[in-house]
Amino acid sequence: MTGVTAAAPGRRGRRHAWYDSWAVIRGNRQSLLGVVILTAFVLIAVLGPFLVGPIDKAAANKPLLSPSLAHLFGTDRSGRDLFVTNIWATRISLLVGLVASLLSMIIGAGIGISAGYLGGRWDAWLMRFTDFFYVLPTLVLALVLAAVLGPSLTNVIIVIAITAWPATARVIRSQTLTIRERMFVDRARATGASSLRIMRRQVLPNVFGLVLANTTLTIAEAIFLETTLSFLGVGPKDSYSWGRILDESFAAGALTLGKWAWFVPPGVAVVLVVLAFTLIGAAFDEILDPRLRRRKRGAADPGGPDVTAAGGSLLSIESPSVPTSESFDRRGG
Amino acid sequence: MALLEVRDLVVEFTMGDGRPARAVDGISFDVDAGEAVGLVGESGCGKTTTALAITRLLPDNGRIASGSIWFDGEELSALDPDAFRRRRWTDVSIIFQGAMNALNPVRRVGDQVAEPMRIHEPTLTQAAALARVADLFEMVGISPERRREYPHQFSGGMRQRVMIAMALACRPRLVIGDEPTTALDVMVQAQILELMERLRRDLGLAIILITHDLSVVAETCDRAVVMYAGQLAETGSVSQLHDRPLHPYSVRLLGSVPDIRGARILPEGIPGQPPSPDAPVPGCRFHPRCDHAMSMCVTDAPGERAFGAGHRVACHAVTDEGRLRRPSELPLLPSAALMATAAATGADVPPADTPVLAAAADPLDDDADRDPRVTR
Repeated sequence: MTGVTAAAPGRRGRRHAWYDSWAVIRGNRQSLLGVVILTAFVLIAVLGPFLVGPIDKAAANKPLLSPSLAHLFGTDRSGRDLFVTNIWATRISLLVGLVASLLSMIIGAGIGISAGYLGGRWDAWLMRFTDFFYVLPTLVLALVLAAVLGPSLTNVIIVIAITAWPATARVIRSQTLTIRERMFVDRARATGASSLRIMRRQVLPNVFGLVLANTTLTIAEAIFLETTLSFLGVGPKDSYSWGRILDESFAAGALTLGKWAWFVPPGVAVVLVVLAFTLIGAAFDEILDPRLRRRKRGAADPGGPDVTAAGGSLLSIESPSVPTSESFDRRGG
Repeated sequence: MALLEVRDLVVEFTMGDGRPARAVDGISFDVDAGEAVGLVGESGCGKTTTALAITRLLPDNGRIASGSIWFDGEELSALDPDAFRRRRWTDVSIIFQGAMNALNPVRRVGDQVAEPMRIHEPTLTQAAALARVADLFEMVGISPERRREYPHQFSGGMRQRVMIAMALACRPRLVIGDEPTTALDVMVQAQILELMERLRRDLGLAIILITHDLSVVAETCDRAVVMYAGQLAETGSVSQLHDRPLHPYSVRLLGSVPDIRGARILPEGIPGQPPSPDAPVPGCRFHPRCDHAMSMCVTDAPGERAFGAGHRVACHAVTDEGRLRRPSELPLLPSAALMATAAATGADVPPADTPVLAAAADPLDDDADRDPRVTR
């Protein structure tokens, strides 16, 4: 009996959360655009290779064909179909971007939160360690590591993760420093929570928005770096990424040959994906902070009473419930 | 044996320049099971520091310099950090000053209330924890469905109820309320106090209520501990303190509460401010503000004397029979005489840090630098 009544609000609550997230994205034209672009690329990455079949063996077609119905982007110097190659490259580039960012997010958030929360000697050592990676020129470090570790997909991911985390760690640490002084952290300590638990349950949820916003930027950076590494010839040799296509087109002098379909599609793809992540990044903050979300929901709710009057204006932010909670915060602090 | 025994507790803070400052200086009191004790005093008298010392939440620069804290016959202050962590919240829980900030803004309140259970009862299932949260919410008067909401969706009084629910999560025997009603309006304040009173009755909780509001203490507590500048001024049952306050500080604290029935005059108040812990006052700490101050108050710290059942007071002006002498019976200090006359004639009480007063007190202070009115 109680089980039933207890479960019902639970399900409704969870659906609400999804609805809220979607409402934020839908209410923000920029993040909606980002989601549309990204969804398209993810679909291409996941389904595309099954539709277009494997990348042609060398000399499958005539080399350097111009775009046609048979070969939408033409063929490269070895006669591979560039459209097919680009589809496969989407999968690799996104994979590298996501996995490398995930790794760098885990390292960066872990080091940032523990340095900020534990403080003292931990903070000093972890931050000097971070500084060490921070001051190394990213590209040079990436090049050296890639050269030493060898040009495989895994290694490129590791290289990007290692070079991308220090910025995240610094940002997360400084945010953690402010969270650490908040009273709910003391309260958690009073309830007997261990440091690890406080970092996980109190600090992480509060910095998670920042972590995700940072990650979306890192994904963009990672895709860029992968492209750069491949372009410079230290990328994986057994798979095609956008960077490798660009590298080969450059090596073949595609620009002077006027073979625009060789280098424009991967270039545009990189720009679009990076753009999409940047656009979405802005929306994450709202999704993850329930207070921001509430403000936004009032403004974005199409069923709401005063949408036209309130839409996007300052007035919508001052929805009646918000100043109350804020004034309480201020009074208590 | 009392549930909580605090014995000669001394808490020191290391100041920026390395000097120690004693925020709590040798305080002792007991709390019996099921009893409500008020810890009363002005801001900066060491009430909150005492609570933080009991719960080991002192900031990094603070430490228990000496004294001991016993809970149910076990010395809490001697436990190592890990053992103490496991005991937290299950013996003593705390309702924080300003519940607005004691809740994590990005987590659902129900999860936050359930967290202490998760920490101390790792075997507890999700469903059992949820059921207990629902029970707790009902107990403190929040509809259980609201446990999925976030703190910003609650009003101040409701958040305070959430904090109380959280304090009860692990079924503690002692709850410390650190100004639990301070930021709330009077109606909500009354509701919260009523709630705490009811919980005390129903659950047999012992409560330490930290407040500067004597009316709150009179309403909810059995006994009160009046603190001044980190030391005990007076302790006794609420009726003893109310009917026969012995320490001049208690007298003036009581005098500071406006009477809604009487004439519409502003209460007297107490001129001046409590001394800062890093510049302690010699002798009795209250003497610069006391209208009973004699020359011995400047030189000798008064010892605690007991009068009747649990009524203890530390004041030179109290006779051995347990009566506070009138200022006119005492060889007053010039500053105290001024205050006493002002009080008697109803004239404006001169602010304690005017040069006149400081000069008047000067010849009697062997070291003017130690006078807080001069250094502050």
